[in-house]
Amino acid sequence: MSGYIEWNALVDVIVISLIVGAGLPALFALGVRALAGTGSRNDAGRIPRIRVTAAFACFAVVFGAIFSAIVLIGSGHH
Amino acid sequence: MTEPVLLVTVVATALAFDFTNGFHDTGNAMATSIATRALTPKRAVLLSASLNVVGALLSLAVAATIAKGIVDAGVVTLDVVLGGLIGGIVWNLLTWMWGLPSSSSHALVGGVVGAVLASAGAHGVLWSGLVAKVLIPALFAPIVAILVAAVGTWLVVRSTRDVSEDTNDRVFRWGQIGSASLVSLAHGTNDAQKSMGIILLALIASDPVRYGNSTVPLWVILSCAVAMGLGTYTGGWRVIRTLGKGLVELEPRQGMAAETSSAAVILLSSHFGFPLSTTHVATGSILGSGVGKKGASVRWHIAGRMFIAWLVTVPSAAFVGGACYGLGRVAGPYSVFGLLLVVAAMIVVRSRRKPVNHKNVNDAWEAKGGAEAAIAESLVDHDPSLLVVKRKKRKKKKKKKRKKHDEETEDVNVDVQE
Repeated sequence: MSGYIEWNALVDVIVISLIVGAGLPALFALGVRALAGTGSRNDAGRIPRIRVTAAFACFAVVFGAIFSAIVLIGSGHH
Repeated sequence: MTEPVLLVTVVATALAFDFTNGFHDTGNAMATSIATRALTPKRAVLLSASLNVVGALLSLAVAATIAKGIVDAGVVTLDVVLGGLIGGIVWNLLTWMWGLPSSSSHALVGGVVGAVLASAGAHGVLWSGLVAKVLIPALFAPIVAILVAAVGTWLVVRSTRDVSEDTNDRVFRWGQIGSASLVSLAHGTNDAQKSMGIILLALIASDPVRYGNSTVPLWVILSCAVAMGLGTYTGGWRVIRTLGKGLVELEPRQGMAAETSSAAVILLSSHFGFPLSTTHVATGSILGSGVGKKGASVRWHIAGRMFIAWLVTVPSAAFVGGACYGLGRVAGPYSVFGLLLVVAAMIVVRSRRKPVNHKNVNDAWEAKGGAEAAIAESLVDHDPSLLVVKRKKRKKKKKKKRKKHDEETEDVNVDVQE
């Protein structure tokens, strides 16, 4: 009986949890790698601009996602 | 037909339940951050308690489920709410005393269902709501948490394997402040709602005309949020006292992945109005982070305890809830409240005489368990002292090893130093 299991909600929980719960730490990790991984510093000992940009893009997405998630949950019509 | 004194008793008991919930579950939001040294215990307690309050104000979906989605609010009277609430608490206290795995959230739901069954029969329970909103998500959420944390940890460890350990630890500790905050917030959106739902149910029972179609009144939201925050804060001090110096150590990368997984699963479940055991989700995430990091198998011992809690809690608490309602019918509702006080006093006396601990139980598998297992066990059993013991033992082992090693390689070392 479909009334006993809310398949749609459960599938949403799995998929969104995976994207957000595993994706955000992974994105954060990519940002860290861009800043501090091997080859992140050039011969002059500086981090190339493209790596800095990539890293901050990662961090920005992470922060943005968290912020919008909180807003979304807070504004839910309950 | 309001019975003001009875209503006040029910509300006070619900708030007390909320307080103990916060008190018990502090570890869920804090243990990982403390074990990775991302936060000092004091900061973790403050952060956790204050964000609990904020989280409790964010969403009301779970409260709606408890008040209107599980039992038919139309047949519920104040006696039923009181019987169910006290049944749930009594079952919680008993399992705590016996060292059985339990979940306070499921106990609360079970108690209310049992009291409704006893008063109105099977038609008073919304069975599809009970199964779809409580039982299935409760089974499902820890499994999702294991999966998400495993995938997250695997991705994080893979992407940062060529970053130096120092940098990783430093940066991910910082990131953990964010993920720990989210867990505390999520805890508030799910656990504090349960008491709000019960109080709303009591209000509907006492005055159906006024509260029948209303959502949770503001004073209920605020008082539940504050009760839970205070409980978390007080529980946190117990954790700090227990922790002392030596602790298990967890890698910040794992800690952050585990916390993000818990936060995501709990927040999403709150959004869909699933009242689940936040303890079980946090435990699942820790177990998953172990799997993702080194391909360790799931600790079935701990997963098994969660499964038993899932299987046993609702029916048992329902039985106790029904019995409490019956007692209320025979001897008056205040006798049920008296029963609660008696059981609580009994447990305080017993726990003084023979302190509850699981240390002996863990010895057998502790050696290969590692930090994740220790943390998971401390979460699922609400026993912060489990974070400590392991560390001391391992230290001793390390010392022994080091001594042996030193003796064997003494000559070599001298050569190298010179």
